[in-house]
Amino acid sequence: MRLPQLIQKLLLGKKKPQVPREITLPDNLFVQCPQCKATLYRRRLSAHADVCPECGHHFVLSVAQWIALLTDRKSWRPLFADLRPVDPLSFPHYADKLKLLMANEKEESVSTGHCRIQGIPLLVGVMNPNFLMGSLGGVAGEKLTRLFELATAERKPVLLVVRSGGARMQEGVLSLMQMAKVSAAIRRFSDAGLLYIALLTHPTTGGVSASFAMLGDIILAEPGALIGFAGPRVIEQTIRQKLPEGFQKSEFVLEKGFLDAIVPRHELRSTLAHLLELHTFHAPPESSSKGTSSQVNFIHRVKKWLQRL
Amino acid sequence: MAATPLNNTDSHRAWNRLQLARHPERPKPQDILPQLVEGFLEMHGDRAYGDDATIFGGVGAFQGLPVTSVAIRRGKDLQTNLQYRFGMPQPEGYRKALRLVRQAEKFHRPVLFLIDTPGAYPGLDSEERGISSAIAENLYEFIGIQTPMIAVVTGEGGSGGALALMVADRICMMENAALSVISPEGCASILLKDSSQAPQAAASLGIDSDALFALGIIDRIIPEGTEGFHVQPNLGIEALRLALREELEALRGIPILEIVEQRYQKFRKMGRWTTDPQKSQP
Repeated sequence: MRLPQLIQKLLLGKKKPQVPREITLPDNLFVQCPQCKATLYRRRLSAHADVCPECGHHFVLSVAQWIALLTDRKSWRPLFADLRPVDPLSFPHYADKLKLLMANEKEESVSTGHCRIQGIPLLVGVMNPNFLMGSLGGVAGEKLTRLFELATAERKPVLLVVRSGGARMQEGVLSLMQMAKVSAAIRRFSDAGLLYIALLTHPTTGGVSASFAMLGDIILAEPGALIGFAGPRVIEQTIRQKLPEGFQKSEFVLEKGFLDAIVPRHELRSTLAHLLELHTFHAPPESSSKGTSSQVNFIHRVKKWLQRL
Repeated sequence: MAATPLNNTDSHRAWNRLQLARHPERPKPQDILPQLVEGFLEMHGDRAYGDDATIFGGVGAFQGLPVTSVAIRRGKDLQTNLQYRFGMPQPEGYRKALRLVRQAEKFHRPVLFLIDTPGAYPGLDSEERGISSAIAENLYEFIGIQTPMIAVVTGEGGSGGALALMVADRICMMENAALSVISPEGCASILLKDSSQAPQAAASLGIDSDALFALGIIDRIIPEGTEGFHVQPNLGIEALRLALREELEALRGIPILEIVEQRYQKFRKMGRWTTDPQKSQP
């Protein structure tokens, strides 16, 4: 301790507020469940695929977590990762935000790639809520369009993990038109007889909900996800009354007839694999026999059944 | 560095033009349509749930040519505003539009859309009956419809609710119409946390016909005359008539499958991005 500090301590020792010694813990050792408020040990939560073991609340997953959760290990091959956003309208502060976000997030609001789910090859897009609320701008629109075009050419199914605030304001009407552009690509893909599964997660709203989210041959959702066109706050302001409990949650949207099924996270991979099997007659992968035996059996069964017809 | 701040005159110009687009005296689609289409007969209902009063459509003849028209009603006083929900359609309206467009395809009639809406209705019932799904279906279906389609934004073109009637071969705007991804008020309150900055947001969003023509989003600007559409309605309607005639004649010369292909390519081209040379891939 230096002299002036010593003098200060002697003179003011008792008056000086005692700074409690800080206990340094890793930042995210514990997290609180926003639904049941339980304090959860981070590693325990991770072991449950980020679903609260107490109440079943589904935490938001990162793009990497989604890829790890759904796709076969090391099967992910990124596509169109070289596309970069621009600022076509010179919108105030947009260029700065993009620069910062591209440095932090590495990829725009959707990551697209080739991968396999239980051996079945498909093309997947996962939206990133950390990139301007997963908003649909020129890059996301182009990536998704190319994804469907490539899938049409390669005759592969497409899975999109959807979560977005809607069309991106900062690119103006150019963003709005991405809704039409992606929907057009889905139309051509669908006309080619191919399967598109949309998995709606929290939150799926605005222009994204009013375009490709609702165009899946099969539309699945995670439990408790917010799915709707207008945000709850906007609706409350319009109708000037409180919205009912559970309004615009997956369960509500299912009841109204706009979802095929709600699938809890721990069943997603097997559900997707089963759906893909039901839609694909492909040669079983040569290398991996382990873990795909049910699928090989299944295809064998289908072939036998077809022969009987 | 922040993007160059827009100066006051610029921001007010966009804002002033938006006020013209929203002017209560401005001719509304329900005023314009009978002047363009002779013998217009309205067709009601979506054949599933009900009839939306806001979106209306039917058949008639444009200069002797049978056409299907779909347009949006807007109120002029409190009572009609409430009746037409301030020009905000319900899911049934979009489903009726799809039904009428499919009918037009069957009978080889061109389709004319007249658009003036702040957006789809953000209400409880609208959500319950799947407003998202109704809009998405129209985007998906219209892109493949085998008949020529022309969309004209006559007043406000608000977001997805307008886009759902805009997947057409030609997109035209009246000179002082506005087309926007979000209302400038909404944009200002979300991004700037201050809805009083809507004039600045209007300028930044690029919602006027000149900005959108420059971006290649719209194909044609229809002049209104110097006094504005609400002062000289006949001038604007004559200009619109001429524009529609020219566009329809141009489209009638193209085989239908080529029209559908051109429509796909028109939307395919929209949007801006760049590529990172360091990360380029085949």
